Amino acid sequence: MSEHVIAPPPTPEPSPVAGATDGELTGGWTGAVRRGAVRALPPDKLLPDTQPKYVASWIYVFGVLTLAAFLVVLGSGAVLALKGPAWWHGSAVGHYFNSLHLWSVELFMAFMVIHLWGKFFMAAWRGRRALTWITGAVSFLGSVGTAFTGYLVQQNFDSQWISTQAKDGLNSVGIGAYFNVTDFGQMLMWHIVLLPAVVGLIVVLHILMVRRRGVVPPIALRSAPAEPAERETATEEEAAR
Amino acid sequence: MTSHSPHAPHAEPDPYSFGSRPYDLVKEFTIALVAVLALTFALAAVFSSPDEKPMTIASWAKADPGDFTATALAELDGSSGTASYGPPYNTAADGQKLGPLALAKAAGVTHPIDAAQAFVLGPLAAAPQDPAVTSALSTYNAASADQQAKWTGAYSDALTKANDDPAKVTASDAFGPVPVLLGQLLQQAQTGSLDGALLSEGGFYQTDYTLPLLFLADGSDLAAQADAQHLSGDQWGMMNETGNFPGQAWLWLYTFWYQISPFNSSDNADALVWGTMAVLSLVFVFVPFIPGLRSIPRLVPVYRLIWRQHYRELQQ
Amino acid sequence: MLSKVSAAGAAPVDLNGPGHYVHWGVIQVSVANLVVVGIMVAVFILALVLPFPKGRGRK
Repeated sequence: MSEHVIAPPPTPEPSPVAGATDGELTGGWTGAVRRGAVRALPPDKLLPDTQPKYVASWIYVFGVLTLAAFLVVLGSGAVLALKGPAWWHGSAVGHYFNSLHLWSVELFMAFMVIHLWGKFFMAAWRGRRALTWITGAVSFLGSVGTAFTGYLVQQNFDSQWISTQAKDGLNSVGIGAYFNVTDFGQMLMWHIVLLPAVVGLIVVLHILMVRRRGVVPPIALRSAPAEPAERETATEEEAAR
Repeated sequence: MTSHSPHAPHAEPDPYSFGSRPYDLVKEFTIALVAVLALTFALAAVFSSPDEKPMTIASWAKADPGDFTATALAELDGSSGTASYGPPYNTAADGQKLGPLALAKAAGVTHPIDAAQAFVLGPLAAAPQDPAVTSALSTYNAASADQQAKWTGAYSDALTKANDDPAKVTASDAFGPVPVLLGQLLQQAQTGSLDGALLSEGGFYQTDYTLPLLFLADGSDLAAQADAQHLSGDQWGMMNETGNFPGQAWLWLYTFWYQISPFNSSDNADALVWGTMAVLSLVFVFVPFIPGLRSIPRLVPVYRLIWRQHYRELQQ
Repeated sequence: MLSKVSAAGAAPVDLNGPGHYVHWGVIQVSVANLVVVGIMVAVFILALVLPFPKGRGRK
């Protein structure tokens, strides 16, 4: 059984292109992108006001908690960016925003890992949801890297130690030749520009995929112990997509 | 129940085939955001965040002139960590290998550092000096590599015998101009000019702290302070934060390998750990495709707890 | 609230100062990290076992 039946895409608005008729594809690339987007994520799938009945456990709130924490991380980081990387050492308000940034990161990582534990034990990759798992896993690894660059740009003893230690790991596999953890300027730009952009994009894709496929259904209970033939059912088949 | 067949490409039922209930997505998101904001404001207000002052070359040179002098000597004679590092700083060594792969060497020397020049001779030459220091500098620069090694070797032995205290070393011609050079460098360091000189490298704007950081790390004091804070590699230090603040617990597996054999005794430990973690990360990302691993959720039935309401309703 | 944080280390609960660590064989963990992970595991278990309100729009 596939996605629920949706109404055909709305007829394009009266187009300035004379001679456009019902059913004829209009609008060039823009029209094609629009039709593809609406087909993949019609409004009531993007922002549904119902949910499957089996979504009935508190474990389900950790995705949105992770997202909320991510936004607080970005927001507190944005305030730190307003006054520059040295602000928090000499200002009580600045130090408070640094603390907000630190604790929102701790919450973000905690909620994300609990979300991961839940999704793993739900085998949430079933039903063409492998890419949802993959984007989630990559977001996790990207977040660890982003946090790492954050620690590097604190400009205190911690940064001195972490940079001089981490350089050995990165140098040993050649990455250090291009990614210099003792270069404050480079690390700051990775931390506030490149990594948030990439991780943010992957998070957006992850969420859109959840909306597209819907919340994964419960693992089917087996009334009898698993037989070899049964192993070719949902759980294993899914992963192969 | 589920309408699956062994050959259906996506045999999971439609999420809505078990019924639905009303649900306010935006309201839930708003509640989550308010809750996280409140929690963050509270945690930040109660616990604040750590900010240990950085070590400067000046503070190091003032607190431990012996270690500073020994480190400067090691930069001069090529025995310091940086001077003997290899890529990406120089070709003094080949760098680590991951099995047969010499990745560090392949990446090459992209941040060239001549330790003796960068940390000792350059800063001395760039500053206005007494005639004694100027002549010591030209004597050293004019000497052959062999002669320089003889001087530094003799001074190194003497310094070690005097417990790294330059004041306790009796003058000797065997040391050549080395004690004068290092003594002057110590003075420059203690005034703070070395911090600025190593960072700006004769220019003006700079954001690359590689030279002052490598110099500090070549000494013992930075590591000693880190060890006191439980941040050393053999203390699972990667996971820790100064004081009693929570650190980076998510790095537990990365730092774990350094605590056990064969990693903890290997010259290629860093490369081996990176290689191991790279493989494990790929495994993590591709769990859905890994037999055995992807079956764990069915074998460890946490799912029966999560969906107990659903299963109960199905049986009715 | 902000007046409590007038200087570094002036927080109501001052976590600066010597860290406390737990040793168990080759394992060394800070008490701080142990507390964080302990809370995470507890929250995970609670999320699994706490009853979920029926018939409401809460996810």
